[in-house]
Amino acid sequence: MSRLSRRDLLKTTAFGASVAAIGAPLVAGAQPAPIRIGILQPVTGALAQDGEYGRLGAEIAINEVNARGGIRSMGGARIQMVFGDARSSPEGGTQEVERMHSEGVAAVVGGFASPIVLAASQAASRYDLPFIVDVGVNDQIVGRGLKNTFRFGPGFGVVTAQALDNLQRLNEAAGRPARTVVLVHEDGFFGAGLARLMQAQLPQRGFEILETIPHPTPARDMSNVALRIRALNPDLVIPSSYYSEFVLLARTMQQQRIRPKGIYAVLNGAASNFRFVREFGEAANLVMDCNHWPDPRKPKTAEVRRLAEQGGRFWMYNTPMNYSSVMLLVDAIERAGSADRARIITALESSTFSDHIMPYGPTRFVNGQNQGAAPVNTQVQGGDIKVIFPDAFADARPVFPAT
Amino acid sequence: MFSPEILLSAVLNGLMTGAVYALIALGLTLVYGVLHIINFAHGATLTAAMFAVFVLHSAFRIDPYLAIFILVPLFFGLGYVVQRFIIGPASHGDDSNILLVTLGLSIIIENGLLAWFRSDTRSIDVPYGFSVIEIGNLFLSTPRVIAVGVVLVTSALVWAFLARTDTGRAIRAVAREKTGAALVGIDVNHIYAVTFGIGAACLAIAACLLMPTFLVNPRIGNAFVLVAFTIVVLGGMGSVAGALIGGLFIGVVESLSGLFMGESLGQIGIFLIFILVLLVRPTGLFGAKA
Repeated sequence: MSRLSRRDLLKTTAFGASVAAIGAPLVAGAQPAPIRIGILQPVTGALAQDGEYGRLGAEIAINEVNARGGIRSMGGARIQMVFGDARSSPEGGTQEVERMHSEGVAAVVGGFASPIVLAASQAASRYDLPFIVDVGVNDQIVGRGLKNTFRFGPGFGVVTAQALDNLQRLNEAAGRPARTVVLVHEDGFFGAGLARLMQAQLPQRGFEILETIPHPTPARDMSNVALRIRALNPDLVIPSSYYSEFVLLARTMQQQRIRPKGIYAVLNGAASNFRFVREFGEAANLVMDCNHWPDPRKPKTAEVRRLAEQGGRFWMYNTPMNYSSVMLLVDAIERAGSADRARIITALESSTFSDHIMPYGPTRFVNGQNQGAAPVNTQVQGGDIKVIFPDAFADARPVFPAT
Repeated sequence: MFSPEILLSAVLNGLMTGAVYALIALGLTLVYGVLHIINFAHGATLTAAMFAVFVLHSAFRIDPYLAIFILVPLFFGLGYVVQRFIIGPASHGDDSNILLVTLGLSIIIENGLLAWFRSDTRSIDVPYGFSVIEIGNLFLSTPRVIAVGVVLVTSALVWAFLARTDTGRAIRAVAREKTGAALVGIDVNHIYAVTFGIGAACLAIAACLLMPTFLVNPRIGNAFVLVAFTIVVLGGMGSVAGALIGGLFIGVVESLSGLFMGESLGQIGIFLIFILVLLVRPTGLFGAKA
């Protein structure tokens, strides 16, 4: 497993390696001790796909930093990755944090899923070990008063508020064609929590919820969900599911010729995934999503994407999120001028880092939450994933209603 | 309340899903009936077969239905070899060891697939993947209707093989009384391996039937195996007819309870039946008395 990814890594960073080779003799005389940072991702188990793409982002960032000469304020110290597989469970995440601590890491980046992040960041807090959360959207993560925990991305509250605002805008701009909604969600921590928020918010915004349909993960068959949607005939379907289940649902809906006026996903595992778009162009077309997405205006985004896509991988949000989170940490270490954990935490608290590739503006942490973090609305159009909101960098106009 | 049309769709959906469950349970029940072991590697083997279909299609453009003719002998052979040269010798004649060996095999297979194919969810695109058979207002997915037909034919063939051929009789003899069968000259180890091979071959067929409308990732087999265990218990351990009827029945129960109680709670229907069967008729619908 790890040998395979290292080989991929070599391929993706041939450029960086050659630069490093040229630079190496200059610093060979007094090479400072490398700084170890922990990268925690679930690369086995149910969340393995997300974890793998998260690790890829961290690897690209670490290679870039080392290729440009390491941490300048520490005499060009290199970054060394200590990887931990969270095995898709909170226990796995906690064990790996303990191991990373014993191996002397300066900080931990990652976690991906909320349950893993909640447990792992708490374990890290016992050692005052800085923990930068890449994705985990549950708002308890930053609500516990842990000094060591910083979330780079947006939380549930921000994502749903923006998703609903933009849905309302979309609907009003089109002359309010959509009034009725069916919610489809996976029945775990993430989907059920999101559905509860939606149930409270949608009626206030003039939508009628016809039904809320939970489904398990993994699901073997989504025919029944499709049948219920067909019977209810809603204007909008709002699905919050992981990749496989949404693919099954979209396929079945196409097969059963169910064509609502819009499919408006929130934090969906597939709706802004290029594999889905590539493999099921017809089922994916015009699906909208409100999700994490990198800033297409930044030149660096295209560069990271090119590196990520080498070796036949797809471009998923996990990669730019982790690339940016590692870069955020590197900036803090650079300013701290030390691998001391307390000094890194202080540096993160005052961070105004803008060299990341997410559309957030400079970082500013309040109680561990990055204030500028926000999701983006995307829509699958003609085999590509386009940004439809916010207007500042939308590269397409929304197509709504779809039928 | 749902319209009759929706109800009918749900029942037909259940039958179509249930047919594939039945085939997966068939392999499991045969191995249990003859070797008296629970094969924990069943799910991982199904996953491996689904990846085999994926590879044949994406690398060699072989249609999943044609792949049946390649994968059935291949998986029969693999099953035979694994039982004869790995599980058999490693168990040292102790059934509880077999349990651990198959569990170990499942971990090796699952993680081997994870290392090789990575964790991405993959699917294949066949021209008939989205085609439907229209009956009035019902849209029946063509590949899933084909699956029902293939499952019925396969079950009939397995039944005929067990009932009519010498090897089939030998399998039944070993299942009934292993020592007696050995005394009359049946090579028990060979029969064990053949049975295991048939179980794996059933999974190969199930994989070919699933792939046109389903997807594969290194953990997908687990989604089916728990249901297959329930079917084996419901139908009666070791019964071919029990697996078929049980599979179709569980499929319909799952579909209807999913429709009425929501997909998440729909699973309750399956496990209620599981508990009821254990309480009321522990031998299952078609099981012989223990």
